[in-house]
Amino acid sequence: MDLINQPIPWYIAGPLIAITMLLLLLVGKNFGMSSNLRTMCTALGADKTCDFFCFDWKGQRWNLLVMFGTVIGGFIAVHYLSGGNTPEINPEAINNLKSLGFESAGSSYLPLELFGTSVFSSVKGIFILLTGGLLVGFGARYAGGCTSGHAISGLSNLQLPSLTAVIGFFIGGLAMVHLIFPLIF
Amino acid sequence: MKNIQYIIIGIFFGVIMLKSEAASWFRIYEMFQFKAFHMYGIIGSALVLGVIFVQLIKLYEIKTFNGEQITFLDKSKSVSRYLFGGIIFGLGWALAGACPGPMFTLLGAGFFPIIIVVSGALLGTWLYGLLKNKLPH
Repeated sequence: MDLINQPIPWYIAGPLIAITMLLLLLVGKNFGMSSNLRTMCTALGADKTCDFFCFDWKGQRWNLLVMFGTVIGGFIAVHYLSGGNTPEINPEAINNLKSLGFESAGSSYLPLELFGTSVFSSVKGIFILLTGGLLVGFGARYAGGCTSGHAISGLSNLQLPSLTAVIGFFIGGLAMVHLIFPLIF
Repeated sequence: MKNIQYIIIGIFFGVIMLKSEAASWFRIYEMFQFKAFHMYGIIGSALVLGVIFVQLIKLYEIKTFNGEQITFLDKSKSVSRYLFGGIIFGLGWALAGACPGPMFTLLGAGFFPIIIVVSGALLGTWLYGLLKNKLPH
């Protein structure tokens, strides 16, 4: 029983993600989370603003249910499976983060500087989270998929466009962490 | 009943994301700093098994639970949309420390400022829809 209270090691987590994809294929669907954002836009009325959102969003209801499940999964993991504890990240990464002003590095699941409730009263914090989300949403749709759609589903099907997208993910991520972080934090 | 299966798959995925720490901003930062194998191990091992699953489905023409054919659509050929879109996504992934799956898991886990990230992601998706025809694809 003690095992379920431990973090899931990478060599278990990876195969379980592949099984998530397999289960979705076996129920006749595909593994891709970011398309939910488009579905939600349409459900919220974006279909009145441009053609991209004119589709039968109710046909994507199944994926919204998967998304709803991931919300419940997060709740269960934290409340019943001891999830949300501090990850044991690399000490050098912790030092780098502390020098950027992330004092919570190495002592919480998410940086409190960005995800503590005090961020709601920080203009800079809100701006950073909103910009991060905006880039994720815009980029995922522009690239036609995110980590699940391209890095897992697409690459599993040996799709060259997915490899291009994943290379892009890394160019962007490396640029943000190495070039932009020192400027904004 | 069919609805339940989707929710269960989502719960399964959400628990994995949170408990494997793939939903932790710190793990994403560490990955882009090349300071740990953790995230590479998760994605890499998912991929090895994923490729095997897809090849087995194709080789043995494995059907869905309902007996229907499983089809794989090839992604349309292009470089610009995948590269530019990918770079924009990567910038956001590193900044927000969450991609479109884990951001909802974090909401359930009670990290409420993630609502700002989700709002941004919806806004970004909507902006893409507005600008789609003006962008190179």
